[in-house]
Amino acid sequence: MIEVEHLTKNYGPRPAVKDLSFQINPGEVVGFLGPNGAGKTTTMNILTCILPATEGKARVCGFDTFDQSLEIRKVIGYLPETPPLYQDMVVSKFLEFSAGLRHVPKKKIAAAVDRVLERCGLGDVRHRIIGRLSKGYQQRVGLAQAMIHDPKILILDEPTIGLDPIQIIEIRKLIQELGTAHTILLSSHILPEVTQICQRVIIINEGEIVAMDTLDGLNASMRHSRRLELKVRHSTDGIQGKLEGLHQVLSVQTRGQNLFVIESKPDVQLQDEVARLALDQQWGIEELKPMDMTLEDIFLKLTTEEKDVKETQV
Amino acid sequence: MKSIFWIAKREMGSFLYSPIFYVVTTVFLVLYSFLFFAILSDFSQASLQAAPQAAALQKAGYSINANEMVIVPSLGNMSVILLFIIPLITMRSFAEERKNKTFALLLSSPVHLGEIVAGKFLACFAIAAFMILLSSYSIIMITMLGEPEWGPIFSGYLGILLMTGCYIAMGVFASSLTDNQIVAAVIGFGLAFLMWLMALPAQNADTGMGTILEYLSLGSHLESFLKGIVDSSDLTYYLSFMAFVLFVTYRVLDSRRWR
Repeated sequence: MIEVEHLTKNYGPRPAVKDLSFQINPGEVVGFLGPNGAGKTTTMNILTCILPATEGKARVCGFDTFDQSLEIRKVIGYLPETPPLYQDMVVSKFLEFSAGLRHVPKKKIAAAVDRVLERCGLGDVRHRIIGRLSKGYQQRVGLAQAMIHDPKILILDEPTIGLDPIQIIEIRKLIQELGTAHTILLSSHILPEVTQICQRVIIINEGEIVAMDTLDGLNASMRHSRRLELKVRHSTDGIQGKLEGLHQVLSVQTRGQNLFVIESKPDVQLQDEVARLALDQQWGIEELKPMDMTLEDIFLKLTTEEKDVKETQV
Repeated sequence: MKSIFWIAKREMGSFLYSPIFYVVTTVFLVLYSFLFFAILSDFSQASLQAAPQAAALQKAGYSINANEMVIVPSLGNMSVILLFIIPLITMRSFAEERKNKTFALLLSSPVHLGEIVAGKFLACFAIAAFMILLSSYSIIMITMLGEPEWGPIFSGYLGILLMTGCYIAMGVFASSLTDNQIVAAVIGFGLAFLMWLMALPAQNADTGMGTILEYLSLGSHLESFLKGIVDSSDLTYYLSFMAFVLFVTYRVLDSRRWR
C-alpha cells in the first residue's frame, strides 16, 4: 500500500529525513513513533504529496508521489498535526467543501457528510461554527474531513495531541474502529497510544529508522537479559550482596529501600532460587515478578543508544 | 474545474462572514459617493452657467455632456479608490491559509495548484465586481437626470473591471509571498501603485523607453475604455497582465514547497 525507498528530505542544508525505507501493507495500522523533530511530519507530508522529497522514492497504492500526486491525493485522507479547519465555517458546510475538493460526486455529498458526522460523533454540532467548538470536537472534525471520501489510506499526524484524557480515549477508539476498514499510518510520541492502537511500529529518531517491527517482535529483540523484580517487607542490610551471590546473577540494583531488580541471562529461570533465598533469610516476600520491557524502555533505549553512537563519532 | 468552483465558493462565503468585507465595501462606497457628488455639483454649476448661452455654445461646437463631465471622471476616481481597496480584499487569500494551516487541506486534496490560484482569483474578482456593481447606483441617478450615452458607460465599466482584475492578480500574488496579511496588503498596494504610476517618468525618458513605460502602465490603458473605445491591444494588455501575474503566483507557491 505504501512503499518508501531511500527517502531523504533536506530543509536547506539540514536533513529532516535520511534514507528512510519502509513498507505498509493493506489493512495494517502502523504507528510512527519518534521524539519531536524526528521527521515524522516531514515523512507524512511527503506521502501526502504536500512536500516533494529531495531524494528517494515513495509510492502510495502503486502511484509515485512525485509524478502521480493527483492520483494519490484521491485515495488518501490526511489529518495534519494542526487540523486544517476554516474557523468561520459551519461543520456540515466545511465537510461539504472537503467532499467537493475530494471529487465526491455532487449527489453523494450529503450522504457522505451524514456518514462521517455519525461516525465521528458530530451529529449534535453539525450546525455549529467550527471556531466555537472545543479542541476535542475540532479534532474530530479534522478526522471527519480526512475520511469524507472514504479513502483507502488514512494518514494521521498526532491525532490525540492536546486533547483531554476522555477525548483521547474516544479518538483512539474511533481510530481502532477505522483500522478494520482502512490502512492507517499514525504518528505519535505517546507510547501507550501506539501499543493500544497499532499492530506494527516504526521508530524514527533524527530522521532515521531505528527499529521497525511488531510490538512482540520489538519486545523479543530488545530482551538481551531477563529481569526480576523483588519487593520485600523487612529491609535488612546485605540483601543486595546475598542476591548478587546467587549463581548466574549478572547484577542487582536497588530501587528504594526494599525493591530490588535482579538481572540474569535471558535463558535462565531464577524465580525459584530467589524465592528460596528470601524464605531462608526471612526477608518476607511482598512481590516477585518478571519485568517486561515496556515500549517506553525500548523507545528510550533505541533513541538514546543512537545518540550515544553519534556523540562518540563526533 | 469543479474544484475551482468549490474553492471560490468557500472563499466568498468566508468574505461574507468576515467584517473586512463590510468595512471595505462601506469605505469604498463612501469615498466614491463623496467624489461623485462633488463632480455632480460641479457639473450642475457648469450647466446652470451654460444654460443662457446654450444655443450659442452649440453653434460654436461646444456642448456639456454628462458622459464626459461626470461619468468619465467618476470612473477615473473609482480606479484610484480601488487601488487602495483591492489589496485589503486580496490580502487574506493565501496568507490566511498559511497562518491557519488550512493550506494543507488544499494541498493534500486532488486539486491542481493552478485551480487553487484560479479559485482564489475568481472569488476576489466576484467580490470586487459586486462592490463595483453597488457603486453603479450613480449611473442610474444620471440616467434619471439626463440622457447619457450607454456605450462609453459599458466600455468604461469593462475597463474598470479589467483594471481591478490586474489589481487582484497582484494582490493574490503578494498574498502568496507571506503568511502575514498586513505584509501582503502593503506589498499588493505597492505593486499596484507602482504599475499605475509607471507612465509618470515616461515624459522625461527617451522615446523608446517612454513608450515601453507608457505601455506597461495600468492607467494609460484605461483611458480609451473610458472614452468608449474597446481596443483589442488594451484588452490584450490587461488579460495578459493578469495571466502573467497569476502564473508567477503559481510558480511562487510551487517553489515554496521545495524549501
